[in-house]
Parts: sequence; structure tokens; C-alpha cells
Amino acid sequence: MNEQPENLRNFTINFGPQHPAAHGVLRLVLELDGEIVARVDPHIGLLHRGTEKLIEQKTYLQAIPYFDRLDYVAPMNQEHAFCLAAEKLLGIEVPRRGQLIRVLYCEIGRILSHLLNVTTQAMDVGALTPPLWGFEEREKLMVFYERASGSRMHAAFFRVGGVHQDLPPKLIDDIEAWCDPFLKVVDDLDRLLTANRIFKQRNVDIGVVPLKEAWEWGFSGVMVRGSGAAWDLRKSQPYECYAEMDFDIPIGKNGDCYDRYLIRMEEMRQSVRIMRQCIEKLKAADGQGPVVVEDNKVAPPRRGEMKRSMEALIHHFKLYTEGVHVPEGEVYAAVEAPKGEFGVYLVSDGSNKPYKCKIRAPGFAHLQAMDHICRGHLLADVSAILGSLDIVFGEVDR
Amino acid sequence: MDDGKLDALGQTIVSALPGAATGHAVAFNQLTVDVEASKIVEVVKYLRDDPNCRFVNITDVTAVDYPERDKRFDVIYHFLSPTLNARIRLRVAADETTQVPSLIDVFPGADWFEREAYDLYGVFFVGHPDMRRLLTDYGFEGHPLRKDFPLTGFVEVRYDDQEKRVVYEPVRLNQEFRKFDFLSPWEGADYPLPGDEKAGPKV
Repeated sequence: MNEQPENLRNFTINFGPQHPAAHGVLRLVLELDGEIVARVDPHIGLLHRGTEKLIEQKTYLQAIPYFDRLDYVAPMNQEHAFCLAAEKLLGIEVPRRGQLIRVLYCEIGRILSHLLNVTTQAMDVGALTPPLWGFEEREKLMVFYERASGSRMHAAFFRVGGVHQDLPPKLIDDIEAWCDPFLKVVDDLDRLLTANRIFKQRNVDIGVVPLKEAWEWGFSGVMVRGSGAAWDLRKSQPYECYAEMDFDIPIGKNGDCYDRYLIRMEEMRQSVRIMRQCIEKLKAADGQGPVVVEDNKVAPPRRGEMKRSMEALIHHFKLYTEGVHVPEGEVYAAVEAPKGEFGVYLVSDGSNKPYKCKIRAPGFAHLQAMDHICRGHLLADVSAILGSLDIVFGEVDR
Repeated sequence: MDDGKLDALGQTIVSALPGAATGHAVAFNQLTVDVEASKIVEVVKYLRDDPNCRFVNITDVTAVDYPERDKRFDVIYHFLSPTLNARIRLRVAADETTQVPSLIDVFPGADWFEREAYDLYGVFFVGHPDMRRLLTDYGFEGHPLRKDFPLTGFVEVRYDDQEKRVVYEPVRLNQEFRKFDFLSPWEGADYPLPGDEKAGPKV
């Protein structure tokens, strides 16, 4: 830091854990030289619930709800990574309709997350209207969650082998009808923020991350795309039926907060594009069929079958007490969650419970670079940077 | 990348680093390389800088606990190469006293991942400038993700209205801890079946 006279010392303040711009329960110990940030020491773990330990004690089915509670603004994307990992070990492939529903709901999750992030980032730098507009749309999306799974947030809808239930036709129609008006809302937000003088002053050239550093720090998702890497797991390592979807990956040039905001805005539009294609394919003839694998050793039989078939009843009983036995092995499965690469490293010992389940949360890697990114910025920039990192404490603390 | 290419990549890595990388395996279309604990920095540097690898993105560092083993921990590193579009997993065997060199000079992003592995497993990383606990409480004792750490933990906290502060007390369970074991007894349960306790060993 700068040369200082002997009798001056840096000022240390606590930012959070109850600060509205701390996005949950982050405690930042900030060392300030005047208004310049000299050092940032994030203290996390205030929301640590021991998810990984708990999952080791539960069967594979019982583990799924824990994933909703990680990044609780886009729950189904997390479940997806766990299901993919277990499916890889089991060696099963999800039926096509199940894949389409998964992709449809993953994109809904992406919009849910980006809506929250873009609008609260705007709120962190002083704009109050965007969250009000954005949350109205989030509300509608959560109703779609509820109509599919019965729950607005903690859905537990993705299961090993597919999804829990098929979508009613009316729901698919309603999601389709939601798409066009939503694009108007994105345009409204765009008009409100993108050219806004204050918003630009607070975000342009703030928190610049060069691409090399972004890789070294373990960044992923929007954080590396903002720095110019054309890297998206949906394109580069396609899972489910993303390979047949037609969409673009926006990338930034400068790696600053403003670029990351622009990318998120564009990703919402691209998500709508993917959702439209999913809906079209769900309505087409080859999109019909089962939504979950028909192997009753993995997925439970349908309720109607259970009333008539003894075999089905036994399968159901075994699945909901003992659960699925997953073959021995270790596997890492990652999805492109809204915040970046969300990975699950699953070790199975062949029993009905995971031996180890490591959750690799994107926000964790992003937040550890706070000190690196914030050094030399002004105090007011800390909240702008924190907003653009897109941190949710459910997944950072686990 | 298909299995053949991954296998070839694994062979290249193992032959380029004799004594450091000791073996490789490909399973579920994923490459795992076994690495000697003291040589991990050398291996990771090679993986990052070699033009055929370019594993520039650190994805994850964690550990797995096998208490029955001599070296009870497997320290697991995941790296991603955007150039090759491939992932690699490094596996290092360690015990409670093994000094695993920290990767922080090669990858600054290893910082919190190593702190977390230390916090939850007690794996010791040397050369890390700031090896504090990360996720658990200030003043926490023990390493919760070890298999011999009980699920309920040892202490519970509550706000004491008289003392006006949060107090720590030993865990008191109002209901006995219930462990449901649904493993089928026909597939080798290692406990006597209910009602079978008095039966002598079958001759």
C-alpha cells in the first residue's frame, strides 16, 4: 500500500453479516486506507449446514432435497448435477421426454437466478425499480415450479433416472404463453439499466478480471465468459439434449462488472429461446413417452400399476426403504448452473448411500477471489463487485 | 474425449513424470492419475504448462476418508483444460501427518479449497500462508467430514438470556439418535437380525 506516516493506520470495518448488500450471511473484514480497500478477508460458513455429511447418511433419493437448498434461487439446476452423477455410475440414460423437461426447467432456473442477480446488482448500486419488476416475473416462474413439483422453491423434481412426473399439457401451454411477454420485461429492464448513467459509472471498468487469472482462480460460467472465454458446458460438454438445441453463448470483452451484467441479460433471452425449442419438442410426436426410466430397480413404478401388480408394490417398497444400490466407483459430473460450473464428485461403495459427495459450488471459487479483485478499489465498489460475482450463500457455505 | 484418447493422455503424463505420477486409470470416461504427495506441485505445473495438456482451470480440491486404510485420506484434485476440453483427476494418498505441498503458488484458486479440506478432513497442506478454518465455527474442534466424526457433533449452541450471549453445551438429544438401516438382510447385514439375538452361531 501507499507510504504512510507513522501515526496513521488502516481502518478495519466489518461488512455484514447483516448488511443488505452482503447477499445473505457474508462477513467481510475490510481493511481500508481512507476509502481505498487495502485488504478483504471474507469470513464464510455462517450458513454451513454440513450438507455433505448429511448426504453420506442418506439414500440417493433422500439426498436430492439437499441440493434444492444449496443455490436456492435456481434449485433444479443443482439437483441436475447430482442426478447426472448418479446416472453415470448406474449407467442409465434418461428418456427423451424426461431430458426435455429437465432442460426446460434448468432454463427456467437460469432465468430465476439471473433475474435475481441482475436486479439486486442494480439495487446494490442504488436502483430500486428493477427488483420490483424482476420479482414479478420470478413469481410467475415459481408458480411453474409449483405446478410441476408441488413446491415453489424446494422442488425435488429431478430424480435419478428422469423427473418425478410428467407435465400437464396446460402447464406447457402456459409456459409457452409466458415467453413473449417476458422478453418485453427483459427489454424494459434493458432500457432501465443498460444505458443508465449511474449504473454504468458504478459498473464499467470495476472488478476487471483478465482471462488467465479467471482460469487460475477456478472461475467458471459468466465469470470466465465475461473475460472473453467462449466456454459453456452446455456447448462444450453437452449433457442431456443440449446438443440439439440452437442457442448462442454471449461473451464479454473487458471482464468487468458491466460485461457480466450484459452477459446475464443476453443469457436470459437465450434461455427463453431454448425453452421455446423444448416446448416445441415436447409437443411433437417424438417428444412423447415416459419421463423416467422404466427400470423399476431405479425408478418407482407408476401409482396405478401398484394397485394391480404385486411386483410393482414390492419394487415401490424396496425403493422407498432401501433405495437404489449404486455400483462402486467415483465420478465427477458438472452442469452449467446459472452461476457457473456446479459439480458433484460422487464416490460410491456399492451400497444404497453415497460414500462421499463433494459439492463443487461455483460461488465458492468466485468469492475466494474477493480479496484479489477488490484490492485498490473504493469501498463503494465492493458491493458492486459482490453483486456481479453472483453469490448465494446456500451453495458457498453448504 | 473418448476413453482411448484419455488413456493415451494418461500414459503421456505418467511417462513424462517418472516418480511423481505413479499410475493412471480411465473409468466412466474420466481420467484419474495417482500422484506422489511430495511431488504434487511438480505434476500440477507440468499439467498447466505443457502444451499438450493446458489444464489451466482448477475445479476442485477435496479429500475422501477411508479410516481402515494405512493412509486414510485420498486428496482429490480436479482440473479442467479448456483447450483439450478435458478434465483430469489427481489422487494423492495421505494420512493425518502427511505434509501435502500447497498448490497456492501455482493456482491461487487452490486457497479456499485447501482450507476447506483442512477444515473438514484435517489434511495438512504446507506452504499455505493462511491455513485457518473456513466453514466451521470460530473455535471449532475436530474435522467433521471424517468418518469417525459423529453426525450429531459434540457441542450445541443456544442463546442464553441470563448471560446475554451464545453458550456452548454438550449435545443433548431429546430423542435417541435413530439410524435407519434398510440394507437387505439377505445381502449380508453384519448384525444379528431382530429376534435372532439368542440363537447361537450356526454350526
